[in-house]
Amino acid sequence: MDLDALTGCLTSSACLVTQTTSGLIIGMLLFLVAVGLTLIFGVLKIVNFSHGAFYMFGAYFAMTTYHLTESFALAMLAGAAGTAILGLIFERVFMSRVYGADVLMQLLVCYAFVLIFDDVVRLIWGPEFKSMGMPAAFQVMPLFIAGGVVPPYYLLLIGVALVAAIVLGIGLSRSRIGKVIRAAAHNPGMVSALGINTGLIYGGVFALGGMLAGLAGALAAPVRSLTPGMGFSVLIESFIVTVIGGMGSIVGALVGALLIGLIRSFGSLGFPLFTEGLMYLFMVIVLVSKPTGLFGKEAA
Amino acid sequence: MTRTRTPGISRRSTLALMGAGAMSVAAPWVARAQAKTVKIGMPTILSGRVAQLGTSSRNAVMLEVDKVNAAGGLAGRQIEMVVRDSKGAPQEAARVARELVNTDGCELLLDGEASSGSFAVHEVARDLGVLCIHTNSEASSLTADPKQHIPNAFRCVRQGIHDSIVGGSYAAGIAKAKGLKKWATCSPDYAYGRDTTGEFTLYLKRFAPDVEVISESWPKLFQPDYTEVVTKILQAKPQALYSCLWGGDLTSYIDQANIYAMFAQMEVFAVNMADYTALTVVKNLPKGIHSGNRYIKTYPSTPENAAWGDAYKAKYNEYPTNWSWQNATAVMFLAEAAKKANSTDGKKIAEVLAGLTIKCPFGADGTVTMRGDDHTLVGYAIGWGTTIPQEPYVPEVKAGDWKTIFELEAEWKKSKGYT
Repeated sequence: MDLDALTGCLTSSACLVTQTTSGLIIGMLLFLVAVGLTLIFGVLKIVNFSHGAFYMFGAYFAMTTYHLTESFALAMLAGAAGTAILGLIFERVFMSRVYGADVLMQLLVCYAFVLIFDDVVRLIWGPEFKSMGMPAAFQVMPLFIAGGVVPPYYLLLIGVALVAAIVLGIGLSRSRIGKVIRAAAHNPGMVSALGINTGLIYGGVFALGGMLAGLAGALAAPVRSLTPGMGFSVLIESFIVTVIGGMGSIVGALVGALLIGLIRSFGSLGFPLFTEGLMYLFMVIVLVSKPTGLFGKEAA
Repeated sequence: MTRTRTPGISRRSTLALMGAGAMSVAAPWVARAQAKTVKIGMPTILSGRVAQLGTSSRNAVMLEVDKVNAAGGLAGRQIEMVVRDSKGAPQEAARVARELVNTDGCELLLDGEASSGSFAVHEVARDLGVLCIHTNSEASSLTADPKQHIPNAFRCVRQGIHDSIVGGSYAAGIAKAKGLKKWATCSPDYAYGRDTTGEFTLYLKRFAPDVEVISESWPKLFQPDYTEVVTKILQAKPQALYSCLWGGDLTSYIDQANIYAMFAQMEVFAVNMADYTALTVVKNLPKGIHSGNRYIKTYPSTPENAAWGDAYKAKYNEYPTNWSWQNATAVMFLAEAAKKANSTDGKKIAEVLAGLTIKCPFGADGTVTMRGDDHTLVGYAIGWGTTIPQEPYVPEVKAGDWKTIFELEAEWKKSKGYT
């Protein structure tokens, strides 16, 4: 435990800026993965254990596209669009068959695909780790804000994730499609009876969730090494986020993800040997005091 | 009239003979295998996160075995390699090793396991008495600890303590020249990371006593994001950073530290950087990272080493790894020892192996030695240098001095109670 370092940081603007942005970066990427997870749970009532695979595919799609076209924008697009299509196919062909089934059955199908997707990546891209490389445009000196260090790429990353969060939030609460999705989450039988194709909505939501995870993977690809199985550790943290924020809540996912990010960045200063433990401890505290999560009641 | 049994072959023995004949027609390899080929078993890691290293071990072995076979084989017998995947699990490594000897009839073992599995295979070798050469375990205690010593096991691998001595003295030299007194460390949080970092700072402080470690980070193995570690180190403002992160973790770390311009703010010493698996993957390799040599074809800078690296690349379309040269050296040792002993018998080979010096492309002076008293490899090329972003990646390597290594190693063994 190193509380001096933590209090020292809290009183220094330079340290505060650096650690807060560091927390935001970790949190925003986590949010993109977790929000898909929570959305799919909210509407489809399925805990998508294979969600980490979409993060992984997003990163690989982005890397390959970037190496082929040298275009960062196309790489991001490929990461998001590729995983959206993959999500749609996955949902229509496999997941849609186990909707009414036992939770254990759904979990087994998802877990099977965790292994299958990892092997698919191994077959296509090889077992060794890969690196996408930072686009030349972002290979610049970091910005110094109030003495703190902020890399420009991370500003972009936070911005993109924030836009995604806002679009998603407004889209779900205001647009007609958003209303239908919320209605389907609430009472699928009635929505179906009103002549709306629920299969299409389910597929769409799954594709949207996959797309957001894929976008997170694509955004992370320039700074994280790519390996088969890379989705798993992200998935675990995303589960923590959804548990803290409340299953099915988008605001909860955002708040949970940012809290986890900040716990990691400030925790590593004050509790260098217990940073991981802090996350779980926080989760336990939330679970004990409010079992539904911080925003558990607001079903999406 | 009485019928007497005519002497000759009885019906029973005729049937037995016919049976045996049929067997040898149906399964000719049973008879031939024992006479001609010698099977060598090899458990190694062919799946999972470090599969690339296990595969590169197998590749190097096959490259050398083909040469030995083309030159007439091991004391006249062709080598047949039986390579099995242990998935990196120690209990699986032990099971595979036992099966290779007992079921597959392997007469010798090459143990291609990482440190964790090598101790398990070592116990199998102790139990079965089969000749075993460890080819990938760098854990010093495997051969330094007299409790581990058995006459039939050898280690043909670089060793953790050697690397720490050379790294510590190299880093101390730079620290003194540039006045680097405040150091930070960042290494993976498991036995290897903790031990290696501890030994490195031990020797760094020994050679440069005014060095002080002001910040330590222990990210967990295979952690995807190091941002909080990077910013924490930036806050501490050290003059130099030591890290024994490796593989994908190291490349992630470099990519993430790069956008914080970390490499412009401090000298970085990353012992595992100069390995092609990491060098060729990092897209924006910063200039001037200090690293130990793992395997590069330009060090030792001899035609033999360059030719070996190129031959490997030509055959497998990628550069060899640190594990490759060690496995190749093990086969070279086996071939030379079998020739000297004129036998493939494990006991006889072991007798010749202890203290054997052979010509080798990876030797500091063109030779390497299997030290007699603790059965471990010495005299291999070991040194540190700084990186550049393109080939040859580490243009100049400062060689470690084996005389100093031997002195400090002896002292270290004494301090551990090994001698």
